[in-house]
Amino acid sequence: MAKHPVSLTVNGDEHDLLIEPRKTLLAVLRDTIGLTGTKEGCSTGDCGACTVIVEGKAVTSCMVLGVTAAGKEITTIEGLASDGALHPVQRAFIETGGYQCGFCTPGFIIAAKALLDENPARTEEEFRHALGGNICRCTGYTKILEAVMQAAEEIRTTA
Amino acid sequence: MSEKKEYKVIGTRPIRHDGVDKVTGRALYGADFQIAGLLHGRVLRSPHAHARIVSIDTSRAEAYPGVKGIVTAQDLPDPADKVADLGEGAVNLKYLCDNILARDKVLYKGHAVAAVAATSPHIAEEACTLIDVAYEVLPPVLEVRQAMEPDAPLLHENLKTTSLGETADEPSNVASHLQYKKGAPEKGFAEADVVIEREFVTGTVHQGYIEPHNATALYNPDGHLTIWCSTQGAFTVREQVAEILQYPISKIKVVPMEIGGGFGGKISVYIKPVAALLAMKTGKPVKVLMNRTDVFEGTGPTPASYIRVKMGATKAGKVTAAEAYLAFEAGAYPGSPVGPGAMCIFAPYNIENVLIDGYDVVVNKPKTAPYRAPGATNAAFGSETILDELAERLEIDPLEIRLMNGAKEGDRRADGPIYPRIGYIETVEAAKQHPHYAAPNGKKHHGRGVASGFWFNIGLESSVTINVNVDGTINLVEGSTDIGGTRASIAMQAAEVLGIPAESVNPSVVDTNSVGYTAVTGGSRTTYATGYAAYEAAQDVKRQMIARAAKLWEVDEANVQFADGEFSCINGKEEQISFRDLCARLGETGGPVVGSGTVNPGGAGGAFATHVVDVEVDEETGKVEILRYTATQDAGKAIHPSYVEGQIQGGVVQGIGWALNEEYIYDAEGTMTNASFLDYRMPTCLDLPMIDTVIVEVPNPGHPYGVRGVGEVPIIPPPAAIANAIYDAVGIRMTELPMSPERLLKAIGTI
Repeated sequence: MAKHPVSLTVNGDEHDLLIEPRKTLLAVLRDTIGLTGTKEGCSTGDCGACTVIVEGKAVTSCMVLGVTAAGKEITTIEGLASDGALHPVQRAFIETGGYQCGFCTPGFIIAAKALLDENPARTEEEFRHALGGNICRCTGYTKILEAVMQAAEEIRTTA
Repeated sequence: MSEKKEYKVIGTRPIRHDGVDKVTGRALYGADFQIAGLLHGRVLRSPHAHARIVSIDTSRAEAYPGVKGIVTAQDLPDPADKVADLGEGAVNLKYLCDNILARDKVLYKGHAVAAVAATSPHIAEEACTLIDVAYEVLPPVLEVRQAMEPDAPLLHENLKTTSLGETADEPSNVASHLQYKKGAPEKGFAEADVVIEREFVTGTVHQGYIEPHNATALYNPDGHLTIWCSTQGAFTVREQVAEILQYPISKIKVVPMEIGGGFGGKISVYIKPVAALLAMKTGKPVKVLMNRTDVFEGTGPTPASYIRVKMGATKAGKVTAAEAYLAFEAGAYPGSPVGPGAMCIFAPYNIENVLIDGYDVVVNKPKTAPYRAPGATNAAFGSETILDELAERLEIDPLEIRLMNGAKEGDRRADGPIYPRIGYIETVEAAKQHPHYAAPNGKKHHGRGVASGFWFNIGLESSVTINVNVDGTINLVEGSTDIGGTRASIAMQAAEVLGIPAESVNPSVVDTNSVGYTAVTGGSRTTYATGYAAYEAAQDVKRQMIARAAKLWEVDEANVQFADGEFSCINGKEEQISFRDLCARLGETGGPVVGSGTVNPGGAGGAFATHVVDVEVDEETGKVEILRYTATQDAGKAIHPSYVEGQIQGGVVQGIGWALNEEYIYDAEGTMTNASFLDYRMPTCLDLPMIDTVIVEVPNPGHPYGVRGVGEVPIIPPPAAIANAIYDAVGIRMTELPMSPERLLKAIGTI
């Protein structure tokens, strides 16, 4: 299958790639670039494990073709920590025990990060709505919500 | 064990050792594994639920560019009808092999028939469509009662019912019948003032782990086979692959990658032997990944069941007799968890007269696999609903009737065992004293329900080695895959012995060549048994370190004591050295210290839980909203309370999903019509409140720190508790799972 030249900016780094048009952004990130932190749980946009940030918005990367992300800025779980320090959401997930197996965690953290970038002042109910597209099978969500609200609090008070 | 012990590490909440890896995307799961020259495998699956395989022609697929190898059941050694012991009971090898790649018949839609290795996953998938399989389609049997009918289509021509040790003459879909009896049930029912009997039906549900199954295999010309995969038990994978491929166990190395959930569903192998076969055939490493539909259709869910429960009680509330009939769908091959279901039903209660009959029945659905307290949730849905009804009829508080009949130390379970010290009563007391139970709950269409659950937990074998570092830290090597924080809960037990912080332990989960045999992460055994092995390994380190201190001070070992991380001389000399400082002097006192601990403990100690739930029922839409949920549970001793809470919360929510939404929906031909996360509706955070937990600690006499496994029991009470709450809200007894809006509206009479 003919490949297309595509430039993507992932976590601040430019990648000039030749990719098949059928490849999803998820496959490009994982298989072509080698960023395997983004997970594939369902391939149909239902579980949210593959969530990445494209131009400031959280999207399920299994539902986006790689070629359509050309020229866009993408943030994956590997791009969240900066200067060796964890993002407040990452830290909160560790501190509260907001994950067990850790497989849905990159998607949750990315979705929460996009949410908090937009507006950290939300109620528990609003967070539940905003994270309703991510499925976790281990935690029952209690500690995930606690983590996100703890991070939101930290971001609000330090902003 | 009765007095409260003071611990320094046990009971604290340190951060998981794999914490940073898992929030930065650096943790490597099975599908993340890469190796040069990798081929990609794809499995062709049966489109029919029941059919005879007439022929398989792979020639068109083989000719497809990029295809490197194709395997079918013909590539598997012919499994004689022999029985293999895989550590979790005997398994018929033919069944095991036929489930990997179907030989004569396909027995469920999604049954693996052939597999292709190619240079890309797309080519492998395309090539699968070029494999020509001729089927003779047979009528499917999709429900347990239908399968038990004498004229039902047979799945296996040679399967004959084994009933209480006797094997029948004629073939049947009923693989086995077991029975537990205690006392004289008829007499017990005669003594009862109220007797209630009902039928219950539960649907097929999936564990729903988010990470699909995966396997990468590499075969070297020297005969060594390596498999990288996500599994609950690397040694169990090694055993199964060795049996299925009839390959020497010592030439197989299984490398456990991080695992994205299992809940019992990642113990049986599916694509691991297939990847191995493809690697052997092509001489190249082969990675096989399932997609979500493969996971639903091709791996073991937990069984649907038909259950009848009858219980009788006196006016005073004493349960005098209980009977249960449990018919469980095994799926395509025998081996449902009806046994555990029979062991657990009624287990929270001391009932004098009990009769339990269990039937293991094959149907044209995927071979079932364990799912968190396998069998017990189905069974408790029946018994805990009937007990609620007895309490209501007798006008006794539902927690009170549980206290009146609750099992205690010395009571005997219907299947035989006599309880050691257990904490069931304490969980009921904790629920009763919780502010939730006293909170008002009188609004229209609001209801409150309670239910209890029991899971026996298991021990099994575990091994740990500890390498002592010069800087006073230790490297802990273990064989239990960490699905939810067990690196921490195991490391903490070693740290407690050695008087060092949890952070001074570096735990590693390693491959089958690098640690002693360790059974699966399952049966709520990991913190209990592998933790026990870590305790023993740390004791071994302590003994060796005492000898080193004795050597250093030129005193007898008996004169050295170790407390609070310090070695001291108790007789004569005024010597003292910290664990850390002694670590720096190992070289001069005889070389490195390596401790080891291996266990196969028998005292797993059962776990009990009691739950309280408030619901709101929408009579127009049939939707049940969970308003408040409180779970009490006996953890024995919570090593890491946050992770115990996490286990309880996760189990509760899986139970809520089972209660309200989750089921395999089949069409008449046996095709699952909802094989996606969109249509198989697992709870999201929108569906739930915060789950409140109360950890009760009644130490298990069978563990040095009193640990009881905590992972499984929390899934058991939710369906019954929610059914009882729905009754409280709208006065309707729900007897079918899931209690979906459609079923509820039908029960209420809206539709």
